[in-house]
Amino acid sequence: MRRYLPLAAVALVVVGLQLALQAAGAMYYLTQLTMAAGYCLVSIGLCLLMGYAGQLSLGQAGFFAIGGYASAVLTTLKLDAAAPAARLLARLGILAERRDAFENLLLGVSPWAALLAAVLATGLVALLIGLPVIRLKGHYLAMATLGFGLIVFRVLLGTRFLGEADGIGGVPALPLFGLEVTGGKAHRVESYYVAWGLVLAALLLAVNLIHSRVGRALRSIHGGEEAAGALGVDTARYKLATFIAGAVLAGVAGAFLTHYNGGIGPSEASSMKSVRYVAIVAVGGMDNLWGTLLAGAALSFISLRGYLGSYDDAFFAVILIAVMLFFPDGLLRRARIGRGGG
Amino acid sequence: MPLEQLLQYFFAGITEGAIYAIIAIGFNIIYNTTGIINFAQGEFLVLGGMIATSLAVVLPLPLAVAGAVAATMVVGALVDLVFIRWLASPSVLRLVVITIGVSILLREGMLHAWDEKVRALRNFTGTEISSVRILGAHIAPQALWVLGIAGLIVAALALFFRYTLAGRAMRACAANRTAARLCGIKTRRLVTLSFCLSAGIGALAGCALSPLTQTQYDMGAPLAIKGFTVAILGGLGNSTAAVAAGLILGLLETFSVSLLPLAYKDAVSLAVLLAILFLRPGGLFGRREVQRLKEF
Amino acid sequence: MSRPLGWFRVLVVSLVLAAAAFLAGAQQNTVKIGAILAVTGPASNLGAPEAKTLQMLVDQVNGAGGLLGRKVQLVLKDSGASPEKAISFARQLIEEEEVLAILGPSTSGESLKIKDVCQEGQTILLSCAAAEAIVNPVMKWVFKTPQNDAFATLWIYRYLKERGLTRIGVVASNTGFGNGGKAQLEKYAPENGIQILIAEVYDKEATDLTSVLTKLKAREVQAVVNWSIEPAQSLVAKNLRQLGMQVPLLQSHGFGNIRYVEAAGQAAEGIVFPCGRLLVADVLPDGHPQKALLLDYKKKYEAQFGEEVSTFGGHAYDAFTILAEAVRRAGSTDPARVRDAIEGLKGFAGTAGIFNFSPADHNGLDMGSFEMLTVKGGKFVLLKP
Repeated sequence: MRRYLPLAAVALVVVGLQLALQAAGAMYYLTQLTMAAGYCLVSIGLCLLMGYAGQLSLGQAGFFAIGGYASAVLTTLKLDAAAPAARLLARLGILAERRDAFENLLLGVSPWAALLAAVLATGLVALLIGLPVIRLKGHYLAMATLGFGLIVFRVLLGTRFLGEADGIGGVPALPLFGLEVTGGKAHRVESYYVAWGLVLAALLLAVNLIHSRVGRALRSIHGGEEAAGALGVDTARYKLATFIAGAVLAGVAGAFLTHYNGGIGPSEASSMKSVRYVAIVAVGGMDNLWGTLLAGAALSFISLRGYLGSYDDAFFAVILIAVMLFFPDGLLRRARIGRGGG
Repeated sequence: MPLEQLLQYFFAGITEGAIYAIIAIGFNIIYNTTGIINFAQGEFLVLGGMIATSLAVVLPLPLAVAGAVAATMVVGALVDLVFIRWLASPSVLRLVVITIGVSILLREGMLHAWDEKVRALRNFTGTEISSVRILGAHIAPQALWVLGIAGLIVAALALFFRYTLAGRAMRACAANRTAARLCGIKTRRLVTLSFCLSAGIGALAGCALSPLTQTQYDMGAPLAIKGFTVAILGGLGNSTAAVAAGLILGLLETFSVSLLPLAYKDAVSLAVLLAILFLRPGGLFGRREVQRLKEF
Repeated sequence: MSRPLGWFRVLVVSLVLAAAAFLAGAQQNTVKIGAILAVTGPASNLGAPEAKTLQMLVDQVNGAGGLLGRKVQLVLKDSGASPEKAISFARQLIEEEEVLAILGPSTSGESLKIKDVCQEGQTILLSCAAAEAIVNPVMKWVFKTPQNDAFATLWIYRYLKERGLTRIGVVASNTGFGNGGKAQLEKYAPENGIQILIAEVYDKEATDLTSVLTKLKAREVQAVVNWSIEPAQSLVAKNLRQLGMQVPLLQSHGFGNIRYVEAAGQAAEGIVFPCGRLLVADVLPDGHPQKALLLDYKKKYEAQFGEEVSTFGGHAYDAFTILAEAVRRAGSTDPARVRDAIEGLKGFAGTAGIFNFSPADHNGLDMGSFEMLTVKGGKFVLLKP
């Protein structure tokens, strides 16, 4: 069970950090740490895709946005509460009431049903896009994924009911066993733990995946696709499955952060965001889950805190280039944090 | 649709298409010599426009443009020398990511050097309200300049590749790099030359475009995407086809405005990109056996 | 084994960072005011002048002894017009920096997103964005300083009606501001006898608008109204004339920056738009309540930054001066008292107009805050009736 040790270490750090911040009276950092967790989730998915299936994707932000917008649109619907269909669905728990800032009662889809829809939507789109995409290689693959992300971005910008340039706001909290995931001060701690719980769950799945048959198949593909194919590995199916998994993780992260922030905007689908995710995975080491986690947490946190001011994007570009030039195996591999997949 | 409106769309389409074609040719030049897709191609256009607007304050317009082109060519060479040259057989992944990083760096560099304001070069001839009537349609003289300069670039490049030693050496590189080296061709220098050339034509196009569309530090990336779409549409590496493909995409975009809400105009060219990549990556004019990729 | 040690290092570093930040934020005897502005990025034409104006005003106030005898500390965050950054910064400013108020954001989209955060955090928000939805319906802690797009619309329609131009085309950018303006135009058209023959929305980063304007030309509109805050405002003017269309072009109050006129060159001649009086301060009659402060702002800003004033910087000017005045009147920096003081401000002269706040009106401006301006000889001048 050595492979699960890092997971335990991560869990310890997560709890320890929260307690330390509480003691230092600096709990407001939890906001950025929670948001960083969401972005880590995307990066983990991308790590599996890039590091294990060997597929570059410059379009993860598109999946993030699909998941987030699906949640946002569904939970901010203003349905007619009197309609019989509405009452039935509300009884089934698919619709839920919420209060807006003016204490009005509105009826929309319940957050969990919307989350499910977000997962399905992201998975479906990933399947449709993935089928042609996995056959591409090199620059064509890069461009296709970039183009996909940009189309999502453009469609979001151009569609009125998706909020066009301003996105969607007023998204309610995500309820969880009496807790609520939302950005307010009162729910800071529980949101933090839910976020990092999600990350740990994703890591658990990833670790199990890597050490299973599927994981070995993926590594064989990454090592040499033709050879793997010659050995009877169904490369297309595994690459597609990883693509969809990465997309769904991004979609879940999108939905989570949308509830946390109470809204989402088209900038989440921008190509710059996709580049950031790639940068995080590159810095952490393409197939290094723990490195990716650390890089994702640190870089996202720094960016969200605004420590770099207007040099934020330039900073990401510099480390991206530096890593690709000097540390193609990832910065953190050099620093000996983690060792590949375990 | 009345003829006048049709012609109006037509002229708007070929003007935009000419710019896309120039960007695509820039991609092709570098790709042919090195197998690299230079994501920073769009930034060369913007850089040319920015430098020209700064120089135009002290120099007459033609000199300002010439200066901008020269300066951008230097930047192009630097991009190669600093980032690309000493990579020994890099994977495509690394190259893609590096050029993306370079494009972001250039963009942020321009932001901090010139700030966020929009700038525009003076119209080469006429003013902002000049209008030339051609067969009932109105077209700005600057658009004619764009078309003219684009045509000039294409013609000059054709001559360069056919009749000069350097040009022919680059074609040899494109055909087979190892063989070219065996013939004594200094491929590394040609790589730098190809970056210079792409940067130069990009800068010239950017200067011609600036009076029409204004220049802002973040205009590079969308232009690069369109340029890449055209390059793929025509078949990667095929510059003659790029011209045709550019015109086709430009016309497609402008005519789409008459049918679809304007907001989806960019989505049209992206859809074309994906369609080509998924269905016929060799491009409209390419051969069936597609991936002439150098790696991976 | 390196792995546990690696994590230990991370933990130590995080704790050190946390402690450092905590110490750095320790309370001094200052008045902390937060600002979230789009200094860089797509809305930098708004955020950059706003940031400069705030910096200038803060220095001015501190140089004159501060607010209630305490130094003013401005905590400025550059959101790059990104809503999620705006949200993150809003939370940071409210929970961590514990600012008295947040000035900005620059865009309507961002303002609408952080409204709830500020309301929940009981922190005053003085937005520099124009969408009416920011203050309608009224939220206790949320105010805005730019004029309502509804008023701008009515001024435009008044101009059009007087000249019998009733069949118009509308183009707007795909932002909250553009869409807000388009919505107002469509709302008030019927009762003003205006027929909008065609209304199109363009991407705020569009570089060529001839295609969409060709559509307007084909419908033979008598006038074109453009509603955006981006540099595309100049593009509309140029493309319009290049297409050979001679019809009048009207812009929103987002046109109030001479750079747009410069960019459009000759095509800007004759553009008509409603605007605050900042840009024509020198031709105001001497007794006008706004004249002195407008000229003062103009002189100081242009001297310090070497660029012409814009109405956007003016919105930030108003936000700060309103807050400062409210603090003085409340005699304290208790957020609730200051908030009440803002609501009680009447007849307060700012760059955008004379503000009259009330519990039901958190913008405080009315139709009279506008003048109709036009462009003549490359300059902004008052439109002669």
